[in-house]
Amino acid sequence: MRTLTRVLEGIGSTLQLLVQSLSHVPTLPRQWGRFIEQCYLIGYTTLPIVAILSFFIGSVLALQSGYSMENFGAKQFIGSLVGLSIARELGPVMCAILLAGRVGSAIAAELASMKVYQEIDALETMNIPPARILVLPRLAAVLVMMPVLAIIANLVGWFGGAIVAKYTDFIAIDPPAYFAALRRFMEFKDVLNGLIKAEVFGFAVVLVSCNIGLNTRGGPREIGASVTRAVVTSLILILVLDYFVTKALL
Amino acid sequence: MADSRCSATRNPFTHTETPAVSVAIEDLSKSFGKLEVLKHVSFQVEPGEIFVLMGPSGSGKSVLLKHIVGLELPSGGRVTVDGRDAAAAETREQIRLALVFQAGALFNSMTVYNNLALYLREHRVADEAGIREKVMRALQILSLEAAAEKYPSELSGGMKKRVAIARALVMEPQLMLYDEPTSELDPVMAATISEIIATLKDQYHVTTIVVSHDRDLALNIADRVGILMGGQLVFLGTRDELRASADPRVVDFLNPKIDLANPRFKQLET
Repeated sequence: MRTLTRVLEGIGSTLQLLVQSLSHVPTLPRQWGRFIEQCYLIGYTTLPIVAILSFFIGSVLALQSGYSMENFGAKQFIGSLVGLSIARELGPVMCAILLAGRVGSAIAAELASMKVYQEIDALETMNIPPARILVLPRLAAVLVMMPVLAIIANLVGWFGGAIVAKYTDFIAIDPPAYFAALRRFMEFKDVLNGLIKAEVFGFAVVLVSCNIGLNTRGGPREIGASVTRAVVTSLILILVLDYFVTKALL
Repeated sequence: MADSRCSATRNPFTHTETPAVSVAIEDLSKSFGKLEVLKHVSFQVEPGEIFVLMGPSGSGKSVLLKHIVGLELPSGGRVTVDGRDAAAAETREQIRLALVFQAGALFNSMTVYNNLALYLREHRVADEAGIREKVMRALQILSLEAAAEKYPSELSGGMKKRVAIARALVMEPQLMLYDEPTSELDPVMAATISEIIATLKDQYHVTTIVVSHDRDLALNIADRVGILMGGQLVFLGTRDELRASADPRVVDFLNPKIDLANPRFKQLET
């Protein structure tokens, strides 16, 4: 019962924070500097790990599917399998999981320490809403950067698959054939659906991490607990949202 | 130090005057779960005076201060600032009040200059040139010009307190609140901070509430003193009345004797 109350409280405070942040949208143009800074932190600093992971996910996907599909004589479809899997599912989910680990944890840690060391209280006494200067620029930045990350994850993942498809003996498919198969069975809608999912996941991760950080009470130990809670909640939320968003987009 | 209370606050930057504000604590109670921290506390802070709220650790002083700035909501009774409900968000828009936190609560990711400029930028008080002028003037008042480009982590404890006061000052407050401004400081720095509080009040006539258990601060700069013990106000009066008080709780608080034969912590055990 207590856990249920806490979950409901968490949902309520997250929605409240969202409404508060959205009420400050008109102030966004004069927060350009903060927005750019957050774009850099969310997008640029996450890019290398997204690229590395996407490359190897694409590679492994090509390797596994090549190994399995060889038995059916269907290895010429590896390109479409890798392409669709990454664009529709793995790209956005992977980006969101990395975002939760890399950015969500950092946001929760920063805001939790600001709360514990009374910086948030100081903002409130100055009549500066934390939702305006701490949450809104991050939400705007993730909306802009998440599709960029997802597109890069797609491209690098496809490329990783192509490399493995060419240089693995039992697959040996040239990149033109690989990409021709990828294009044949993939539509723009598939990529678009993936980008929509990435957008939803990214937004949820940042909002939840901000809320958990801002609601931290206690001392340094609670900062660590908030970081863990932000990452775990984000991961669960990504998987739950993945089901519902996928169903809605099918 | 001038002891007279003034009814107008002088702006430290424009030297214009705005009415000083009063604070009324009316039958205030606060509980956290079953723990009753404040029990029916009532007193009034007059416009332009320095009111020092003293009391042992855990007596509810900082919680009371948070009620005045609206960071805590009362469980019973009410707090008003110049007749307006302190818990209402509009009060903070209508009355400029500034709180100097015990640990400074400086923004660690910003330089001292940007810590001071944040309020002015966010409220679009002036253009960048105007902001620079106000910030440098506040730093000059607190003798902190050399620290403008430093980060809070590069400052000593005393400098952090002074920066926190300077940050409060740029808000051109009508009500200044200090939470343990001299804690964790050496005696000389504690005296310096007391001098700063008194000077700001004398020059700008800001209504000032100081929460502290610093006896020297209270006996030297307070117009009136209140003592909280166990969530209840046990003394309210001028500093002369405080010196003359025969209440054993007040006497013991102000002049505690170190009794090695019968130590207090042993009495707490039983």
